[in-house]
Amino acid sequence: MVCSNLKIVIVDTGCANIASVKYAVERLGYSPIVSGDHEVIRSADKVFLPGVGSAGEAMKNLAERNLIELVRNLTQPVLGICLGMQLLAEYSDESHVDMLDLVPGTVKAMHAEDGLRLPHMGWNSITPVGVNPLFKGIPTGTYFYFVHSFCLPVSDVYTVASCEYGDVFSAAVCKDNFYGVQFHPERSAEAGAKLLKNFLELTE
Amino acid sequence: MLAKRIIPCLDVRDGKVVKGVQFRNHEIMGDIVPLAQKYAEVGADELVFYDITASSDARVVDKSWVSRVAEVIDIPFCVAGGIKTVDDARRILLNGADKISINSPALANPELITEMEQAFGKQCVVVGIDSYFNSDTGSYQVKQYTGDESRTVTTSWNTLDWVEEVQRRGAGEIVLNCMNKDGVRDGYDLEQLKLVRERCDVPLIASGGAGTMQHFADAFNDADVDGALAASVFHKAIIDMQELKSFLRKQNVAIRY
Repeated sequence: MVCSNLKIVIVDTGCANIASVKYAVERLGYSPIVSGDHEVIRSADKVFLPGVGSAGEAMKNLAERNLIELVRNLTQPVLGICLGMQLLAEYSDESHVDMLDLVPGTVKAMHAEDGLRLPHMGWNSITPVGVNPLFKGIPTGTYFYFVHSFCLPVSDVYTVASCEYGDVFSAAVCKDNFYGVQFHPERSAEAGAKLLKNFLELTE
Repeated sequence: MLAKRIIPCLDVRDGKVVKGVQFRNHEIMGDIVPLAQKYAEVGADELVFYDITASSDARVVDKSWVSRVAEVIDIPFCVAGGIKTVDDARRILLNGADKISINSPALANPELITEMEQAFGKQCVVVGIDSYFNSDTGSYQVKQYTGDESRTVTTSWNTLDWVEEVQRRGAGEIVLNCMNKDGVRDGYDLEQLKLVRERCDVPLIASGGAGTMQHFADAFNDADVDGALAASVFHKAIIDMQELKSFLRKQNVAIRY
């Protein structure tokens, strides 16, 4: 077991996958805190922004907790997971709401064509784009677990991994200290643990 | 490419994993947490836990084991059995389950599907369907309360109509359990799965009948299901997970390494 004094905070977004994210970080030997407290979040070394549900509901939860400006102004590494990654975008066509506007782009509905089923649910392989420390030691073709019906299109600048389901979309994005993954690393077996470890070991 | 999913199903009764033949004569297979952990380690893509007594006993699944499973498991898992309200579902999701599967309560109150979809999003909402082929009428009928033989009833729903209804109401995935095949191990009901596939735009999981590795290949290649669920072949070590996965890859089925 790794013993670490790193202060890790999982933002209490009121969404459903918080427990699984917490357990996954604990399995790596850390002691994360789930909190909506501004001071606790601000003082963290690493911040997770989990999300499951709809864009409108998640933004409403953040607004009710006065967390929108707080998250926007964080300077330490932040990892948005699934809907938490979509929250980083400018706008979402799901619920037609403004998001946090930290990573350029609009979240779009995925297209179910050619017999593809929605939600996009299950293990799909990703392709890292460029060199990003989040994907250190994670080769092209690695499977991660996805569950979603909306996605962030590929950006030449901010996409750090792509995935294909009908269209190619952003499996992961990064801008400054904000990272986002569309898949669920907490549910992606060894590959997911590796990615979480990479995030936790990022040096600013 | 999206991989097809291999899903061991753990039927839970009184905190133990059990397996019966056609829903009867349950034998104890082992404790929940170590079995779940073992399946995650050998490469299962997802797990389903069915509290098979819960619906018929009018009690919600005991949640204590859900968080114990969530602590050790790093693959997705779904909990089913006796979940009758949005609050029941919320408690289980907050304990770390990824999805909720409803079956009898959805038949008793179809509005529950919509309420759950609105509360958690459709990706969390799985509808399980126990379908029985009536050879007298030549039709597929939906059964309710199959956890207790003495209470099992045949509903007025034809399976194909119910498949469409649950999607209209917000189901994000359908598990089709072909009851005539349950525990018999002579293959998935490909005829029925193909009929349902034509009507099903959300992920479809085949359940009931797996006995050999070829049965999995047939379900994926012939009926184009998204996942195949099985219990006894895994619990009794008749099929090895890694052998199954390499067998399927050779049959050109997209499978996670």
